[in-house]
Amino acid sequence: MKKRRVGMVYFEIERCKGCGFCVEFCPSGILRFSTTYNEKGYHYPVAEHPEKCTGCNNCGLYCPDYAIWGEASEDNPE
Amino acid sequence: MSKEKHPLSDYLREDRMPHMWCPGCGIGIAVSAFLNALKQSRYGQDDVVLVSGIGCAGRVAGYVKLDSFHTTHGRAIPFAEGLKAASPKTKVVVFSGEGDLMSIGGNHFIHAGRKNMSITILCVNNLNYAMTGGQVSPTTPAKAITATAPFGSFCQPFNLPFIAEAAGAVYVARWTVFHVRQLQKAILEAIHKKGMSFVEIISPCPTLYERRNQMGTALSRMNFYRENTVIKNGASTKDAVMDLDKPFIVGKFVDDDSKLTYLEAMNEYYDTTFSCDANYHTYTGSKI
Repeated sequence: MKKRRVGMVYFEIERCKGCGFCVEFCPSGILRFSTTYNEKGYHYPVAEHPEKCTGCNNCGLYCPDYAIWGEASEDNPE
Repeated sequence: MSKEKHPLSDYLREDRMPHMWCPGCGIGIAVSAFLNALKQSRYGQDDVVLVSGIGCAGRVAGYVKLDSFHTTHGRAIPFAEGLKAASPKTKVVVFSGEGDLMSIGGNHFIHAGRKNMSITILCVNNLNYAMTGGQVSPTTPAKAITATAPFGSFCQPFNLPFIAEAAGAVYVARWTVFHVRQLQKAILEAIHKKGMSFVEIISPCPTLYERRNQMGTALSRMNFYRENTVIKNGASTKDAVMDLDKPFIVGKFVDDDSKLTYLEAMNEYYDTTFSCDANYHTYTGSKI
């Protein structure tokens, strides 16, 4: 049986200033820095394992720039 | 990028993003903790007024989709008191920095506590005057290097929770921006208190304070907060002194809203004093 995705992480990369809080404090450790730059010249986060996101929104609470947030998906059995 | 909206997009003026705070500044985290707490609270968007002073944290008023005031330097609390006196049903929140609230506005702060005006004060403490280039502020720890103290500050800093308790605040808490969920809960509790509630929010200032004191990036400062804070709810506020590089205590220190607020005390006193006067009415707010 295919495992259902429980959460989804969203990005607004042009707002990111590359502080790295989301990469450090993601409890599932699914984020990493991009190799490319955004418009302002910062490395933004990308989801390396998006299927592991739990939608806890810890990244959204830690992001000072409102550039990332997680949401539990609708088919979450919770 | 994505079609989904940010969970706080109803509360943030997203047309003004990206904001002016530096990479790694904690004020953005404090704002999202406040807005998340507001979303959970019983107040609607029209019931809340946010008042800011001058400084980095003073710019919060321009980024939130609430009724907001960007006031003169140090006078955020008098503006808030006036708003509260004119419209007692409105929830008034002061969101400003320690350089604004505790130095030029320090007198207003202690008198707001004495009068027990029913306002919530959220003080972002980044340990220096950040907007003007990192000068010594009332909470700069001793021996910290700043623009006006290149060999280290030799004065002892203010202990803000102790001052707040001594002034008469009904709710005193201190959290760092690392403790996002506890901070959100503390703000939620504070905005539902009757009387002056005070939350100190310790925030990194990577551009000025951390850089001058060789404390690394904002991220290493967040890890410092993780490793060097001791959570002690109900601790004596006397112990809440912050030293350079030493562990400090965070938590909820005071929670006692049994005191009468300014408007309650005024009405109670005048109701008995003017009980024989036919023209006297209990004050319930301005009619404008």
